Amino acid sequence: MNRLTYLGIAVALLFIIVALFAPLIATHEVTAQNLAMRYAAPSAEHWFGTDSLGRDVFSRVIFGARISLQVGITVVVVSTIIGTILGAIAGFYGGFVDKFLSGYVFNVFLAFPGLLLAIALVAFLGAGLGKLILALCIIGWVGYARVIRGQVLKVREYDFVQAARALGASNRRILFTHILPNAIQPLIVQASLGMAGAVLSEASLSFLGLGIPPPAPSWGTMIEEARGLDILYNAPHVLFFPGFAIALTVLAFNFIGDGLREYLDPKQRKR
Amino acid sequence: MKFRLLNFSRQLALTLLVIWTVVSLVTLLIELVPGDPATTILGETATAEQIANFNQKHGLDRPAFFFSYDAANGFEWNGANNRYVDYWIGLVQGDLGTSFRTERPVLGMILERYPSTIMLAIVSMIIAVCIAIPLGVLAGTNKNTLIDNAASFVALLGISLPTFVIGPFLVYFFAVKYRVFAATGSANPEDIVLPAVTLGAALSAILTRMVRSSVIEELGEDYVRTARAKGLSERKVVYKHVLKNGLIPVVTILGLQLGVLLAGAIITEKIFNWQGLGLLLLDDGIGKRDYRLVQGCVLVISVTYILANTLTDLVYRRLDPRIRIS
Repeated sequence: MNRLTYLGIAVALLFIIVALFAPLIATHEVTAQNLAMRYAAPSAEHWFGTDSLGRDVFSRVIFGARISLQVGITVVVVSTIIGTILGAIAGFYGGFVDKFLSGYVFNVFLAFPGLLLAIALVAFLGAGLGKLILALCIIGWVGYARVIRGQVLKVREYDFVQAARALGASNRRILFTHILPNAIQPLIVQASLGMAGAVLSEASLSFLGLGIPPPAPSWGTMIEEARGLDILYNAPHVLFFPGFAIALTVLAFNFIGDGLREYLDPKQRKR
Repeated sequence: MKFRLLNFSRQLALTLLVIWTVVSLVTLLIELVPGDPATTILGETATAEQIANFNQKHGLDRPAFFFSYDAANGFEWNGANNRYVDYWIGLVQGDLGTSFRTERPVLGMILERYPSTIMLAIVSMIIAVCIAIPLGVLAGTNKNTLIDNAASFVALLGISLPTFVIGPFLVYFFAVKYRVFAATGSANPEDIVLPAVTLGAALSAILTRMVRSSVIEELGEDYVRTARAKGLSERKVVYKHVLKNGLIPVVTILGLQLGVLLAGAIITEKIFNWQGLGLLLLDDGIGKRDYRLVQGCVLVISVTYILANTLTDLVYRRLDPRIRIS
């Protein structure tokens, strides 16, 4: 694995640690207001400055990691498991099973872009962390399923699969031992993008005022509060730090995905 | 030819089936509203008569579906006299219902705004493709060099920076500091530039990564060795052979991303106050709890997305004969 992958792992670990130990790391109470200190620049007292209500931006960014990672990890794990199983079944068995799954079920789920379904669900159901995660999982798995199906369709025609079949291997053995290990590389790229996507979706919904309601320190909410033109001009740190936190988290998972992809593909490693 | 026609009609039938499912889901979503939509719209102070009038006007006094269930009466069969059938009858007649707030036809409200959103999405896609293909090929053919690392870094930055961070920063630089473009609105033709770049940034980054991965993967295939052994120039190998095969996943992603763009446009439209469908959904629909309008907007975006998916599938089959044969 290259250095960027290790950097990604380091940053991702740092974020997980920050999220887990947020109460120990934060320097101030996340919701504590100090109107006399509105839009204060970064200083020894407030490392990332303060926001429109004089709240400590550093502490809010630290607690924001908790929300983002909780949503991201849950959505990716659940989506990958469901997507891999259904995608592999569709691609491997083909015929009616494939027509029903990829032609009907996948298309129904693909018919709703994740963000739109989340928005629709929130609009009708009301906001909340649980509903947000549920909506993103319901929609998230289908991307993985489609990728895996495409790969399985390709790999199942390879000679070594035919050879395994000729040797009398069972369908389960062929699928799990021969096909899936050769079909998962794009899934890793998909999972890394999925992690990024989930973190972004949560922040996006919060930015639109449809995610986790204030005063919870979601990175999206913090950016929404900071995007007024005068604030942007006079106190850009209020936008910069949560934006930087999102970018760093997403970059880290992209580095990990990229590195693992190359590591797991012997053909690419040799060249 | 006959085989292709059969395939096409099968695809069409499936598309219609998917559209039916989506319409059904969207129709029934309104049942998820906690409490009573009439009370939500009219407020807690509304009289029983006002609520009854509202429900009657919008058909909300009728049963939701073919059957209903409550603890007291158990299952009850309502026949075709229900809101689900009403919505379908309206839909077939090109009627998406009447707005709960403005009492205007929802379809008219959507048609007023949709062209702006479609234009924004198309311009974003064109910008994204124009950036991604050359950048992706450059990175893929120069794997692990400084060029590759630089291209990959730019792409990663595009993916990592969300629309709602890029947007305000673009506004800051190009509208507040240098005054090249207007900060918000869609009055002048050039006003589309900032929203389109904002919306297309992530897509161009995703596409660049896809093109790079595809080019690297395809360069390792046997046919590339054969093409090189035949004495083809590297340029021909890349652009005639590798890119044709390498673009298959890219086409899939482009099709899949159209819906993401339409949904993502909601955020971009909010940042730039772009008067499209997204802003209609957000401000007039969700903001004012106009559930009929929300249904209409979600339905229109979803149906557009389904049609885009079907088209993606057809192009995908056209590009890769192996899939067409299987």
